[in-house]
Formats: sequence, C-alpha cells, structure tokens
Amino acid sequence: MTLSLFFQHLANGISLGSLYALIAIGYTMVYGILRLINFAHGDIVMLGSYIAFYGVVMFFLPWWVSFPLAILLTGVVGIIIERTAYKPLREVPRINLFTSAVAVSFLLENLGLVIFGARPKGFHRPPVMDTVLYIGGAAVVSYTPIIILTALVLFGGLMFVVHRTKVGMAMRALSKDIETTGLMGVNTDQVITFSFALGSALAAAGGILWAIKFPQIQPLMGVMPGLKAFIAAVLGGIGDITGALIGGFLLGIAEIMLVAFMPNLAGYRDAFAYSILILLLLFRPTGIMGEMEPEKV
Amino acid sequence: MPTKKLFVPLLVIGLIASLVTACQPTPAAKETPAPAETAAAGEETTPEEVVIGVYEPLTGAFAAGGEFTMQGVNLAYKQKPKVLGVPIKLVVVDNRSDKAEAATAMARLINQEGAIAVVGSYGSSLSMAGGEVAEKAGIPVMGCSPTNPLVTQGKDYYFRACFIDPFQGRVMAKYAVEELGVKKVAIIQDVAQDYSVGLAAFFRKAFIELTGDASGIVSFTSYQTGDQDFTAQLGATLAAKPDAIFAPGYFAEAALLAKQARELGFKGPILGGDAYEAPELIEIGGDAVEGIIFSTHYHPDAELSPASKPFVEAFEAEYGERPSAFAALGYDAYMLTIDAIERANSFDPAAIRDAMAATKNFPGVTGTISMDENGDAVKTAVILTVENGKFKYLTTVSP
Repeated sequence: MTLSLFFQHLANGISLGSLYALIAIGYTMVYGILRLINFAHGDIVMLGSYIAFYGVVMFFLPWWVSFPLAILLTGVVGIIIERTAYKPLREVPRINLFTSAVAVSFLLENLGLVIFGARPKGFHRPPVMDTVLYIGGAAVVSYTPIIILTALVLFGGLMFVVHRTKVGMAMRALSKDIETTGLMGVNTDQVITFSFALGSALAAAGGILWAIKFPQIQPLMGVMPGLKAFIAAVLGGIGDITGALIGGFLLGIAEIMLVAFMPNLAGYRDAFAYSILILLLLFRPTGIMGEMEPEKV
Repeated sequence: MPTKKLFVPLLVIGLIASLVTACQPTPAAKETPAPAETAAAGEETTPEEVVIGVYEPLTGAFAAGGEFTMQGVNLAYKQKPKVLGVPIKLVVVDNRSDKAEAATAMARLINQEGAIAVVGSYGSSLSMAGGEVAEKAGIPVMGCSPTNPLVTQGKDYYFRACFIDPFQGRVMAKYAVEELGVKKVAIIQDVAQDYSVGLAAFFRKAFIELTGDASGIVSFTSYQTGDQDFTAQLGATLAAKPDAIFAPGYFAEAALLAKQARELGFKGPILGGDAYEAPELIEIGGDAVEGIIFSTHYHPDAELSPASKPFVEAFEAEYGERPSAFAALGYDAYMLTIDAIERANSFDPAAIRDAMAATKNFPGVTGTISMDENGDAVKTAVILTVENGKFKYLTTVSP
C-alpha cells in the first residue's frame, strides 16, 4: 500500500468516524443523565434529515435556513417524545423505559414509511459541499472537512454547556442523583427535557451531515448509524462525551482500515464492528474513557 | 400524571402504523375456494372466482422495483380481469424486501388466499425464498425479473419472464471488451444478494473467456446491501487502475457507489446489470451516474415484439409516464400466467404448470418468449446508458 493510498483511507475513515462521533455524543449524553439507552436516537437522526430535505424540496428554503430549522424542529420532537413516552415512566423499573424507547423507535420508523414512503429519496448537497479537493494525494470532497469541523464544534459546544453553564451543572448533578438534585431546588423535569432537546438536535445535525455524505435518505436509514453510534459510545465508555467522540473516530477508521488491509473481508465490516463491541464488553466493560464508577455526562 | 394517559394511545397509533405498512396493498381477505376445490371444478361447477397471487417488495430496499412491477401487473389485470370466463381476484402481498418475509408471503398466498398461480418477485433472493414454498405446495410461479439461475434450477414449478444472469453477464462482458475496449476491469459485488454474486461471477467468466487474460480482473471486492460507504473498497479498487468498474448491485447502492467513485477521481465507465434501472439511480447519483452503462430487459424505444407498441400506449394512458423494464416484465409475467391457464383450459395448478413449461413464441412486450427446459425465458437484452438525467437506449443483443 502506497503512502498516498494510506492517507486516502485515513481521510475516508476520519470522515466516516466524525459522523459516528456526532451521533454518539447525543446518544451518550442522554444515557449519562437518565441511564436510558435511547434506542430511538437513530430514528431521530432519520427524522432530522427528512425535515431538512422537505425544507429544501417542499418549502424552497435555502439550505442554510432549512438545516438549522430542521435541527430546531427535531429538538422539539425530542421534547414531545420525552414528555409522552419517557417521562411518565420515570418512576417505574428501568426495563419499562427501555421497552418504551424500542417502541418509539419502531413508531418513528413505521410513521416514516407511511408518511415519507419506502422509496429512497435523493438528498441535495449544497454546492459548497460538493467540490473535490486534493490534499496530499488524497481526494477529499469538501463536505468532509465541514463534517469534521461541525462535529468538533458541536462537541466543544456541548462540553461548554455541560461544564460551564448552570443548566450543565444541573445536568451533571442529575446524573449523580435525580432525587437529591430535585431537593436542592433544581427543576429536574425541565433539565431532563432540555437534555432530550439537546440530544435530539445533535442527532438531527448528525442526520443532515449523514445525508450530505451519503445523499440517499429512507425511513430505515437511522437504524445502522444508530447502532454504530451506540457501539462508538460503548467503545468510548457510555455516558462519557469525550469517550463517545474518540469511540466514533476509532470505529470509523477501524472499519475503513479493515476493508483496506483485508479486501476479502469487505462484506463483513458490520460483523467486525459488532465483534469489537463483544470483545470490548468482555475485556474492558467500561470502555476507553470509562472508570469503574463511570463519571456520567 | 396526565401525560401517562397519552402513552397508551401513542402505542396504539404505532401499532396501527406498523399494521398499515405490513398489509397496505393487500385487499381484505375474503372467502375464496381452496386450490383443491378449484382444481376439481370441471365444466359443470365453474368457480365464482380464481385467485392469482402476487408477491413483490413494496416496502424496504427494493420498494421501487416492486412498485414498478405492480404498475405492469395492474395494467395487465385491468386488460384481462377474466380467465376462461371466470373473474380473477388478484391478491397482492408485500414481501418487504426480506427473504424470510418472502417465504411467509408465498405461504400466505397459497394456504390462506388459495392462489392457483403466483406472479413475482423482483429480487432473486426473494424469489428463491418464495420458490421453496411454492415447490412444496405444487403451485406454479411466474417470476417477473429474478435473473439468478438458481431461481428456477431444480424447481419444477418456478418459471420466469426474464433472461438469466449467465446471459446478462456475457452481454455486458462482450460490450465492455468489444465496444468499450476494456482490458482491465474491477468488479464490486453485493455479497448479500444472490443476484449480484451470480452476475459478478458470470461477468468474470465471460470476460476472461473473451480476453483470454485472467489478470484482466484487476480487483474483486464486496459490499453488503444497505452499505453507504464504499470508499474503502474503492480506494483499493482504484489503486489497481481499472479501465472500467463492473458493479452489479441494486440501484440504491449503485448510485452512492458511482458518486463516491467519481469523487475519488475515477473517470472510466461504470457498468451494471438490470437492477440499475430505477429513477432513484439518477435522482441520487446525479451527475455521477451520467454515462453509466447497464443491460436490462426492455426499453420503450426498443421495439422488441409486435406487442411492445400497444403496451407503451396503454401504459402512458394509464400512468402518464413511460414504462420501465420491470413494469413491462410484470405485465408479461401476468399475461404469461393467463396464457398458460387458457392453454391448460383448467384451474388445476399442475396443468397450468405444464402449460407454462410449454410456452412457445409468446408475444410478450419485452420480446418473443419461449421457455427453455429450466423454465427460463430465452429472449433479447437491451443495453442502456444514462444521458442528461434520462435512461437512453443504446442497442439490443440477441441470445
């Protein structure tokens, strides 16, 4: 393998990994606070990309209006989901909440099939994200740096919110103990709702960027990214935002490199991703960043 | 908590939604005569109606292919709603682009709906799954567009209106070598699809036969249905500097693959098979699929038989658009089934099967169809390209 080919693979891997990372940080944040594996996260990714798609195609909005609007609207959908499907179940055993999350996932997928139709739709890339650049012999489409940059900026923003703001402080407190935090005068419901809105907005951003990289959207498009992001989150130590970012990049690069070095295994790359998950759970159940008493959020 | 009450209705809505998608295109099941009764029906007791089943992917990855096929089947049904003077009840079941569902759909058509013959399905893997069930039950099936040879091999009751992949692979290899002057080719197959694996292998064989040079296949890699990232495969593939890429997958993956190949700087021709034909290929692929070349069964510009022209006119009047190859094959598959029932002059599945096997020079809209000993149609292929965002007819290739 020549050096330039290696760089090409690395660029492809980072590009894919940044998408996993972006979806994983929203996933892991919700887990950190509620200890809820929000199985519907991948379907919220799908919803975000569809809203952005219809904003451009049906309402003729320019992409720089449609995309932020889609992120905002998906955040609102996140609030509705939390209020109807998760909040009423907060006092009951956690398994019920988990089941409810699976139900929401199927609900969104099937609503998507009915409303949007089963046939895939072509997502239009904004022209600025559609030119090919050559960096050191590797062909890179201009959306790649934009995706990586967006992932890092949103990660930085999330870190700022969690560690530097009042609501972030409440989020961190909540992740330790919901009841006590409530007794301290924090409106826990509001904080949880806010986290969901934030998580869903991040998912929407991930979905839009996903659709820019792979310009084909369909109602079941969120399933695979959702699972991969979940693996990335576990890889990094579920509940840890930095871990999710690292896990996402690692998974993306590992997937591409597996195919690059062992082309015969190209058909098995998903099996590879899941094998990583199993091995990790066997040998380091807390993930890369996780401690034995995982620090949440 | 008032919101608690909302949860139950929400779940109910979800349940209904999934039910709707599961059985959307299926008319409500009515009392229908069981196949045995129908078969026993002689001249004196003509049945009130006969059931012809259709199983197609109406949701999932192949939904576009299934929808096209249904356009053709529905048009044919509209033109011939009766056979031997008895009204036909067309029962359509969605196999959801899923192998397990395809077997279930077939079992449902035979056992619950009492179909005496079945039409379908788009997708070789789906047809193979359904074929096992039909074979056991002894119900004849007319495939529209499954092209993998294994669909009919060793099956007495499975027939098809389309050509098969050894022919299609040879057509494309010949075109690549003789018309495009390709010397080095890279193959990328969808390892999860029998269609793709088969077509890739037949293309490879034909290409080596034509060039006499096994090293002409510079790269042979795989991906899986539903994959969206092909950059890893393409990186290695393009490093081998092929003149052309043969990627016999389905349209959804093919569009993304073409896009990524162009982004990585590949300028040569991209070749494929009949599963490329869907508007999504162009809609998703955009400029990247311009100049793509693939073989398929039919194009409205190619007059393949006397039946072609009236079909195009009827189709345009019905749907306001030009027919795709899959619509044409759906039409032919239904008409072949009716033709077999008429020639058998009976509703007995075994007699229909024998009549299907004896089909000779049937004037189908996709060409003149005769069945060979395996139950495969022997007929011409057309080669198409994409030009200015439209499928364009290049040439016709005879067997």
